[in-house]
Amino acid sequence: MAIETVPPPASHEALSQQRRARERLKVFGLVFPGLFWLTFFFALPLVVIFIYSFLTPGPRGDVVWIFTFDNYARLFTESLFVNAYIRSIWLGILTTVICLIIGYPLAVFIAQAPPRWRTILLFMVLIPFWTNFLVRTYAWMIILQNNGLINWIVTSLGFPRLSLMNTQTAVLIGLVYGELPFMVLPLYASIDRFDFTLMQAASDLGASKFRAFTRVMLPLTMPGIAAGSVLVFIPTVGQFVVSDLLGGAKVDMLGNLLQRLFTRANPPNWPLGSALALMFMLVLMILIVFYFRSTTEDDR
Amino acid sequence: MNDGIAIELDDIVKSFGDVNAVDHVSMQIRDGEFFSMLGPSGCGKTTTLRMIAGFEFPTSGRLKIHGKEMGNTPPYRRPVNTVFQSYALFPHMTVAQNVAFGLEMKRVPKEQIKERVQKALELVRLPTFGDRYPRQMSGGQQQRVALARALVNEPEVLLLDEPLGALDQKLRKEMQFELKRIQEELGITFIFVTHDQEEALTMSDRIAVMNAGRVLQIGTPTEIYERPNCRFVADFIGESNFIEGTVRASNGQYATIETSDGLEMQGYTEQPVSVGSSVVLSLRPEKARLSTVNGNNSQKHEANTFPAKVERVSYIGSDTRIIVRLASGRTIDVWEQNTRSTLDRDAYWQPGEAAILSCSVENALILTS
Ligand SMILES: Nc1ncnc2c1ncn2[C@@H]1O[C@H](COP(=O)(O)OP(=O)(O)OP(=O)(O)O)[C@@H](O)[C@H]1O
Ligand SMILES: [Mg+2]
Repeated sequence: MAIETVPPPASHEALSQQRRARERLKVFGLVFPGLFWLTFFFALPLVVIFIYSFLTPGPRGDVVWIFTFDNYARLFTESLFVNAYIRSIWLGILTTVICLIIGYPLAVFIAQAPPRWRTILLFMVLIPFWTNFLVRTYAWMIILQNNGLINWIVTSLGFPRLSLMNTQTAVLIGLVYGELPFMVLPLYASIDRFDFTLMQAASDLGASKFRAFTRVMLPLTMPGIAAGSVLVFIPTVGQFVVSDLLGGAKVDMLGNLLQRLFTRANPPNWPLGSALALMFMLVLMILIVFYFRSTTEDDR
Repeated sequence: MNDGIAIELDDIVKSFGDVNAVDHVSMQIRDGEFFSMLGPSGCGKTTTLRMIAGFEFPTSGRLKIHGKEMGNTPPYRRPVNTVFQSYALFPHMTVAQNVAFGLEMKRVPKEQIKERVQKALELVRLPTFGDRYPRQMSGGQQQRVALARALVNEPEVLLLDEPLGALDQKLRKEMQFELKRIQEELGITFIFVTHDQEEALTMSDRIAVMNAGRVLQIGTPTEIYERPNCRFVADFIGESNFIEGTVRASNGQYATIETSDGLEMQGYTEQPVSVGSSVVLSLRPEKARLSTVNGNNSQKHEANTFPAKVERVSYIGSDTRIIVRLASGRTIDVWEQNTRSTLDRDAYWQPGEAAILSCSVENALILTS
């Protein structure tokens, strides 16, 4: 005979209530680390920057607790800042568009390659990440220099020497190079899911290659285009390494100004830097909202 | 000018690497015909269809649509439309937008588009589904949208690649009927790919039976079934008893053969066979007959009569399928329709029972292998 130990009978109601409470505890346990991380490492610094942006810079790089709008006023009046805004956004747009033009056909090519090749090609897209970005940008300096690789080829072909370093073109080349994988990967994900028989169907119904692309493939791969563009645009606008190394001090982007205001300036000007950073965030957010509106209007 | 020929394939070869997916295929498909291509998986049906649509180009040979040489004409300049096996509906467009696509590409005026789309949706019995998205519809409904999307363009030829493959049995039967109705209503040439022989037989005006890239026989369903021209066709369409043997005497369309197990049988042949050649005799199970040993049936006086013993009997409702064994040890399948009263004690054969197997000469087809 087996002796059974029966738990004290609990009412159905109480049991389910207990279970729900335990469920809630579990969810909280899962969410808590992320919540904690976001609060302390993202929201809190943002609050600090927000407060700083309304304070007066002190003589030794400190802050004086006097409320002022001066920092914001300078952003809109001094051409140094206005130009950096315009240049950053312009370079961001150019980089995004060029990455899209290079990346889309590349992603199509990878998605249509035989499965074994697909893995190899994707791997090749990722290989640059194995080397430090700074090192890779230095490598571009060697390629673009006055007596670098490109000029060696150009002059040995009998053409005049090109001066590439410290120009906006050099910065653009560096930016496109660095950001291309971030465009290719989301594009690949979205094109890989695209059913190419739809292109045949469109062609069968009388659409030329171009019209089949604009009417069928483009809208259906739009999520990849949108994701890739945002992933490229945002870091590009905030770049300072590429513009510093390949642009000299001649092609200042917002990132360069920020870096200078917070660390290199003598004395540093944290309140002005904070205002610059906040305005920057605001402009980016507005641009991205508009972008998403325009690219996803057809998708429900 | 084109003699009522919609599509003409002239010695078409299509090779991928060193395999000939389509191997010297020639056929003529007539205007307004319901033409099926039937064959096992990988025999080149889809490839043939894709060449007509313009998605693939022949390695050699010529393809004409309404007398016009197609050469490298791209799909969007051919007067044909395709219904894809996977439907290939545009998921980001509503049903109406899907159907309107072809007309928009041809720059048909807006008011006309609306009207023609509505008419096409009515034709496939989905008049109220215009605003839905493909993913909100069942497989059978999507199938109809694909059909409407192709038909709205009023193509001269409609190509259908196993369009019913993904549907369940009941829906399939329903759509077969619908397809046939629409084809007759519009009088368009349909080229229909299937590997379902029953589907091909019930729907087609003519059938091309293919194997390994080649066309083995083209004919009406009756011709294909009753007069197959080779063992493969006889085997692929319906079922058959195959009896190998050697020709002993030949007289035009009739011949006497001696089977490998020593029986003498008389059969019918389309092409004269020479004495001494080895042939195979095909006998459809429903064309073989069984009678009782002491009955007084006229069948006993037929040319091919053999004593047999009933070995297995399976009752499948409408039919009874019987396997009999001849004296030589050979087994033959016989199907009998259950026409007799179920109250009749002698209605069914019993295993072990002695019987007489017979078949008419016309139903014993001699095929050269
Ligand atoms: N793009 C291609 N590259 C290489 N081989 C191909 C290609 N397309 C088809 N084949 C080969 O050609 C042959 C015929 O293929 P096809 O698709 O025409 O067959 P099918 O009769 O439609 O078969 P199923 O009933 O399975 O659809 C097959 O052996 C197939 O492997
Ligand atoms: Mg196929």
